[in-house]
Amino acid sequence: MLSRVADSLYWMSRYFERADNAARVLKATYGLILNPAKFSTEERWFRAVSSLAPGAASNNVDPQRALFLLVADPEGAFSIVKCISGARENARQVREEISSEMWEQLNKLFHEVTGSELQPNDDAAAMRVVTLVREGSYRFSGVTAATMNHDEAWHFIQLGKYIERACNLCVLLDAYFAVDKHADDLDWVGLLSSCAAFEAYCKACTAELRPDRIANFLLLKPEFPYSVRYSLDRMHEALMAISSLSLSRRTDKIERLIGRLRSMVAYVQVSEVFRNLHKYLAEIIEQCRDLHAAVHEVYIDYPIEVAFET
Amino acid sequence: MNDSPLCELFWRSVKRGRMIIEMDTSERGGAEVLHRYELNGAYDEMYSAVDHPRKQYRPLHNLLLNLGADELRRSKHEADQSFFNQGITFTVYGNDKGTERIFPHDLLPRIITATEWEKIERGLAQRITALNLFLKDVYHDAKIIADGVVPGSIIYTCKHYRREMRGIKVPRDVYVTVVGTDLIRNPEGNFVVLEDNLRVPSGVSYMLTSRRVMKQIFPGLFQKCRVRPIEQYSQVLLSTLRSLAPEGRSEPTVVLLTPGSYNSAYFEHTYLARQMGIELVEGRDLVVHDNVVYMRTTFGLQRVDVIYRRIDDDYLDPLVFEHGSSLGAVGLFNAYRAGNVAFANALGTGVADDKAIYAYVPKIIRYYLDQDPILEGVETLLMSDPAQRDHVCQRMNEYVVKAVGESGGYGMLIGPHSTEEQRSEFRDKIQAQPRNYIAQPTINLSTAPCFVDGSIEPRHVDLRPYVLYGEKITVIPGGLTRVALRKGSLVVNSSQGGGSKDTWVLQN
Repeated sequence: MLSRVADSLYWMSRYFERADNAARVLKATYGLILNPAKFSTEERWFRAVSSLAPGAASNNVDPQRALFLLVADPEGAFSIVKCISGARENARQVREEISSEMWEQLNKLFHEVTGSELQPNDDAAAMRVVTLVREGSYRFSGVTAATMNHDEAWHFIQLGKYIERACNLCVLLDAYFAVDKHADDLDWVGLLSSCAAFEAYCKACTAELRPDRIANFLLLKPEFPYSVRYSLDRMHEALMAISSLSLSRRTDKIERLIGRLRSMVAYVQVSEVFRNLHKYLAEIIEQCRDLHAAVHEVYIDYPIEVAFET
Repeated sequence: MNDSPLCELFWRSVKRGRMIIEMDTSERGGAEVLHRYELNGAYDEMYSAVDHPRKQYRPLHNLLLNLGADELRRSKHEADQSFFNQGITFTVYGNDKGTERIFPHDLLPRIITATEWEKIERGLAQRITALNLFLKDVYHDAKIIADGVVPGSIIYTCKHYRREMRGIKVPRDVYVTVVGTDLIRNPEGNFVVLEDNLRVPSGVSYMLTSRRVMKQIFPGLFQKCRVRPIEQYSQVLLSTLRSLAPEGRSEPTVVLLTPGSYNSAYFEHTYLARQMGIELVEGRDLVVHDNVVYMRTTFGLQRVDVIYRRIDDDYLDPLVFEHGSSLGAVGLFNAYRAGNVAFANALGTGVADDKAIYAYVPKIIRYYLDQDPILEGVETLLMSDPAQRDHVCQRMNEYVVKAVGESGGYGMLIGPHSTEEQRSEFRDKIQAQPRNYIAQPTINLSTAPCFVDGSIEPRHVDLRPYVLYGEKITVIPGGLTRVALRKGSLVVNSSQGGGSKDTWVLQN
């Protein structure tokens, strides 16, 4: 597959996952702020903003504008609308690689979320966009899985989706557990809903909301699609599949990186993790970045001389 | 259920989940939507005279009598939606927001009989064979110049003549692999050639996708009319391209080279690449090493054998042509010259679709094939000829004046629709660069029924069939009918407010 195409598929997928993550978090946060609680509205918005747009977070988040900014800010690089546009723009570059059904879904979603200009204080309209993206995301995943060959292109899409998800989950967990001493049940429900995990958690661990169980579930549970462990497993699968298709040399570097990263969640107890959760999460994010760089160097932007060596 | 309107209505009600067929022609006022249809002296595709539809149009005509404006509007909406969701759009330049528009299209098919088509098919094959021989001759022995049939002064001053192509052998001696010739129908009802597009003709994706949409909208009518299929286009194109591969490459890699997603025809590039199952590459994906072309893939460099290029000659290789261009790749032309890669179309083909050369095509056909042209051309006056120039300059309101190297409806003056100011501007341009202009009498293009603002009215149309030339010549039975959607307008180019129609060529 063309390197440029692989790159576009990867980014299409990352942007879509980023939009979906923002939609999940915003939906949960918006549900939370309707209830009075220990946490002020400002604090809750701050938590959402800092997990979605790390650069933009500051201590004085204007709760009246936070939702608008995260959904549709035309300037901000992190808004849902920006991410959907980014996903579509990348898909547009590789129209011939993805199935028509995928393009139609993505194109339709793009036109739905950009169709009318969002007003800063129209919460209902912003939440409609959030819902559209949530539903659109499930549809897009389904259509992708059902209509594409599960070949190299598919694996690059999977890689983009799960590397983005793993990083987002780590950032989100960090934002919630940084203030865990104050968190009450409502907030834990908020965290679980942000990961589309509430029902799945209840099924596995009952409705008793305990921080260590929640962390265990969202970090280490191999069966749950929005856990870090699950995401890293899928990345591992995708990378191994890509390297087995590739005649390319130098994939051993990638195999080492993903192997080490995966062992961080595969061979660990939640109690160990809890000793310094922030450091642990930061380490995972750091290693994901290294992996991203290595993939780019081996498959996308390699020097010509290297190609002629083999 | 064989009567087409009935059948069509049946289909429609099934689609909407209504099983009741309401049908009473007399009560519905019949020709309601047709009451604004006025014949204007041009050849009309549907009516031979008022209220006398031609035989091939009768099923459509019956359907129109039975469908109300609302029904047509719904169908139009359905078609628009289908185009939009499929992303069948073209890019509008210089517009920051909403740069994509759906391709304007008309709901009603244009219908061509088997007999009419048979002549078009033979005529196009003849014309393209001759033009291809002409190109080979121009870039090798130039006998046609030595024999005094076409003056060298015209050939060598063509904007698209490529000196670099002299003496280069192209695979199978095929210069023009993909051709989209523009035909028009004159008031006498004959098809004549208006323009040969031998460089990078576009629009074929609109032909293919609007057919798909039309089958959805008018399934019954389509079946009843017995329309020849065009869906094989992509397969034929692929095998044509493969037949150009350098010798010894038994499993050649064919790619489509696009200028990128900001090009107005990008949709078409992706569409064709997907239909053929070949890679869509940009210049930056290609690397030339030791005169061999490779593309950069995730598992290393892969050799490329045939390039269906949708980039103009000038931008293919900055080493040889436009130095500042980043659309092509460095070294492509040397690889081509070495015979390690084939281009479709070959470079320099624009010399044969130059509008001044156009005037000589009948002579070219006679010279190489010793046959009379099957399809006529339009009388063309060369402004480089002083007598013809004076003649035209005095009667500019009767002529269409065109710049020879342009296409897409640019650089054109339509005399009868021009102002005195525009005419004098063109007079100056002609005097300054006579070689650069030709003039043709204004031809009243034929009209076809179009659905405009809730009723059906005649609009001027042309026809662009597509021809593929590899081992043999294939004329695809159909084409793009382009419509001048503005009332009375004769300009059909999509860049100038034109639209398209599906074209139905009927089986015998």
